[in-house]
Amino acid sequence: MNVTTADLVLWVAFPYVCLAVFAVGHVWRYRQDQFGWTTHTSQLLERRWLRWGSPLFHLGAFAVIAGHVVGLAVPASWTEAVGVSEHAYHTTAVWLGSVAGVAMLTGLGMLCARRLLTRRIRLTTDRSDKVMFPLLSATVVLGISATATHNVFGGGYDYRETVSVWFRGVFALQPRPEAMTGAPLLFQLHALTACLLFAAWPFTRLVHVWSAPIGYLARPYLVYRRRAQPAAGPGFRGEPGGRSRARARREAADGPGPGAVRPADRDSWPMPARRAGRGR
Amino acid sequence: MPRGEATIGRVMAQVAMVMNLDKCIGCHTCSVTCKQTWTNRTGVEYAWFNNVETKPGVGYPRRYEDQEHWKGGWMLDKRGRLVLRSGGRVRRLLSLFSNPDLPAIEDYYEPVTYDYDNLVSAPAGEDLPVARPRSVLTGRPTAVTWGANWEDGLGGAPEHAAGDPNLTGAWAEKVRFEFEQTFLFHLPRLCEHCLNPACVSACPSGAMYKRVEDGIVLVDQNRCRGWRMCVTACPYKKVYVNHATGKAEKCTFCFPRVEAGQPTVCSETCVGRLRYLGLLLYDADKVGEAAATPDEQDLLDAQRGVFLDPHDPEVRAAARESGIPEDWLEAARRSPVYDLVMRYKVALPLHPEYRTMPMVWYVPPLSPVLDAVDAAGGDQDDPDHVFAAVTRLRIPLEYLAELFTAGDADVVAGVLMKLTALRSYMRERTLGEAGDEAALKAVGLTAREAEDLHRLLAVAKYQDRYVVPAAHKEDAAALTATENRCPVETPGEPAQDGGRRVMLGIPTLRRTSTGDRA
Repeated sequence: MNVTTADLVLWVAFPYVCLAVFAVGHVWRYRQDQFGWTTHTSQLLERRWLRWGSPLFHLGAFAVIAGHVVGLAVPASWTEAVGVSEHAYHTTAVWLGSVAGVAMLTGLGMLCARRLLTRRIRLTTDRSDKVMFPLLSATVVLGISATATHNVFGGGYDYRETVSVWFRGVFALQPRPEAMTGAPLLFQLHALTACLLFAAWPFTRLVHVWSAPIGYLARPYLVYRRRAQPAAGPGFRGEPGGRSRARARREAADGPGPGAVRPADRDSWPMPARRAGRGR
Repeated sequence: MPRGEATIGRVMAQVAMVMNLDKCIGCHTCSVTCKQTWTNRTGVEYAWFNNVETKPGVGYPRRYEDQEHWKGGWMLDKRGRLVLRSGGRVRRLLSLFSNPDLPAIEDYYEPVTYDYDNLVSAPAGEDLPVARPRSVLTGRPTAVTWGANWEDGLGGAPEHAAGDPNLTGAWAEKVRFEFEQTFLFHLPRLCEHCLNPACVSACPSGAMYKRVEDGIVLVDQNRCRGWRMCVTACPYKKVYVNHATGKAEKCTFCFPRVEAGQPTVCSETCVGRLRYLGLLLYDADKVGEAAATPDEQDLLDAQRGVFLDPHDPEVRAAARESGIPEDWLEAARRSPVYDLVMRYKVALPLHPEYRTMPMVWYVPPLSPVLDAVDAAGGDQDDPDHVFAAVTRLRIPLEYLAELFTAGDADVVAGVLMKLTALRSYMRERTLGEAGDEAALKAVGLTAREAEDLHRLLAVAKYQDRYVVPAAHKEDAAALTATENRCPVETPGEPAQDGGRRVMLGIPTLRRTSTGDRA
C-alpha cells in the first residue's frame, strides 16, 4: 500500500502536532491560569435543561471513553486470547456503544440547545466555548454516524484491524499511516476532529476533566490552612501527638475532625491577582 | 467557665462578631458598603456578602432557612453521627453534573441596572424621561419583581411573610391576618465563619479552608473548580457562585482589614454601632463532639463549652503552646465578644440547629416584646409589665427561639429579662435614683456588671466595640502581597506604586451589553 505525503501529514504529522499542543498547552494553562481552570458552571442561570442534559452527557461520555479505551488500546488478539470471539466483541460493542453514544449525544444536544436558546447562557459563552462546543459535537456526531453507517445498519467494519492499529502506532512512536488510509471516510473524519479536539482541549473548559475531585473521598472534612508558614519559635504544629487518637476516631466516624493543616500557597481573594486573557 | 475536667486541646483564635439587634434600624449601610467593597463586579451582582433581612420574612435567598428543601448544614444520622444534610461524599460526587439542591438565580433575584443614559440623552418632550430597568443577565428590559430586601419593613408581608420557615402552623395564620399588629425587626446577616463549616466540608476540590490564625473561612480562587457544592452545604446560603468566573465567592470577613487590626467594612460603617468584633479562643479538638450533641437545644451550651476563658492561666498556657501570640491573648481578654457571649451570656447564635457552630452571634431584640406590651396597653418602662409580657406573649418569644436557640424559648426569655432588668436599672440610675438591684439580682447581674454591660451595649465606644489585634508580620509573608492589592484598580488604569498593578477579573461582556461602559 502506498503512503502519500497527504497521508503522512494527516495521520502522522497532524496527530503529533495536536498531541504536542495538548501536552504543552496543559502545562502552560495549569501554570498560568489556575483562576480560569473551572467547570464554568452555569446551573445558577439555567437548570431545567441542565438537570437532564448534563448527567446524560457526562455519564454517556464516561461509557464512551471506556469503550474507546477498550476498542483502541486493546489489540484484537488480546480479547481473542481471553476467549472473547470477534462476533461477541462486536455485538457487545455495538449495543453498549449505541446506548452510551445516544445518551451522550442527547445530553450534548440539550447542553448545546440551552446554550443557544437561553439568552443568559448565550451571553456567558466565551470564545473557547464557541470553538469547543462545535468541535465536540462534530466529533461525537461523526463517531456515531460511523458506527451507525458501518456497524449498526451496514455490513460491519472491523476498525480494530485499521483505526486501532494506527492509534496504537501513534503512541508507540511507530506511526503506521497505512493502517488508516483504507478506513471509511467517516472513521477518518472522526479521528481528525478528535485530534483537533485534543489540541483545543487545554484552552477550553474541558480542562476540568483533570480536576475530577476523586481525592475528596479520602480527605478529612475540615480543611485548615495557615496564612503562611510560621517563623521560628513555638509555632502551631499540625499533629500534636497526644491528641491525634481522638481526632482519628472522629474522622473514622466521618465527623469533621480538624484536618491536615496545609500552608496556604496563596491567599484567597475574590479578585484574582491574575487572569489570563479569555476574551472577556 | 464550664470546661469540665478534660484537658485543653488545640487552642485556636477566632475573630468573631456579635450584633445587638435592638439597635438595628435596617438602614442597609452595612450591605451597601460591603457591596461597594466586594461585589460590585460582573458575575456577583446578585450576591450580597452582607444583607439585612426584615423578620418575619422569607429572607434572601427565598426561604433559605428551610433545610428540608435546601439541604444545608449538618444533621445526625440514625446512628447519631454528624453528616452533611446534602448527603455523603459519594452522593456529592454523583451530583456534580447537576446539583439538585442549588438555588437558581430566581431564588435570589434577577439583578438589574437602569437605562440611566436615557435621563440625559432622551429628546425634549412633554414627559420626563425615566430610567427603565434592564436585566443585567440578558441586557433586556425587565420588570423588577424581587430583590435581596424585597420585604423591607414588612412590605408585602401579608402576601409573603407567612412563607417564613420560622413561622409554623398557627403563627403563620396570625402573621397573615394580623400583620399590622405583628412585630418587626431587622436581621443583618453575613458569613458565620463557622467552627464546623459545612461549605468547607462539602468542597470537593479542597479550595475552601478555615484559617488557623483567625478562623476566617475563605475560598481559594485558584483552587476552586466550580463544583458548587459549597452553595448547597451552607445553611445560611452565604456562599455564592460568580456566574462570570464560574467560581465560588463568599464574605471574606474583610481579611485585609482584619489583618491590619481594623474592623470589617460592615462593622466600621454601621451607623447604629450595633456590631462588636473580638477574639474568642476555642478548643479545636472539641468542635466535632460539640457539633454532634444529640439534642438540638443543647447545642448552644455545647458551643459555649468549646470556648475557652482567656483569663484562665491554664488556657493561656495551652494557647501559647498552640502558638497564639501574646498580644492576641491580651486582645482575647479584652474581647467584647467574649463578654457578650460568655460573661453576660446575652448573645445567641443564629440557628444553632444547623450544627455548623456559627461565629456571628446576636443579642436578641427586646423591641418585639416592648411593642407587644404597648399594644396590650402596658407600660414599656415598667419591668414588671415587660417581665409579664416575656412570660406570657409566646409569639415573639417563640419566633426568636426558632431563630436563636433551636426553639428553646426559656433561654430567649432569660436574655430578654436580663436586658429588661438592665434597662430599668440604668433608667433609674440615669434619673438620679438609687436603682433597684433586686431585679438585677433576679437576672444574675451585680450593679457593677450592669454598669459594664450598659457601657458595652448602650454607650458602645469604638474601641470597646472593636478589639481586633493585627496579624503578625513575622509569620505572614503573604501580607506583603495583600498590602499592594487595591480593590478598585481595573485594567487600563495607570499603575500607582512602581508598576505593581493588580488586574481584576472583571469580564467586560455584560458591561458592554448594558451600555454602561465608558
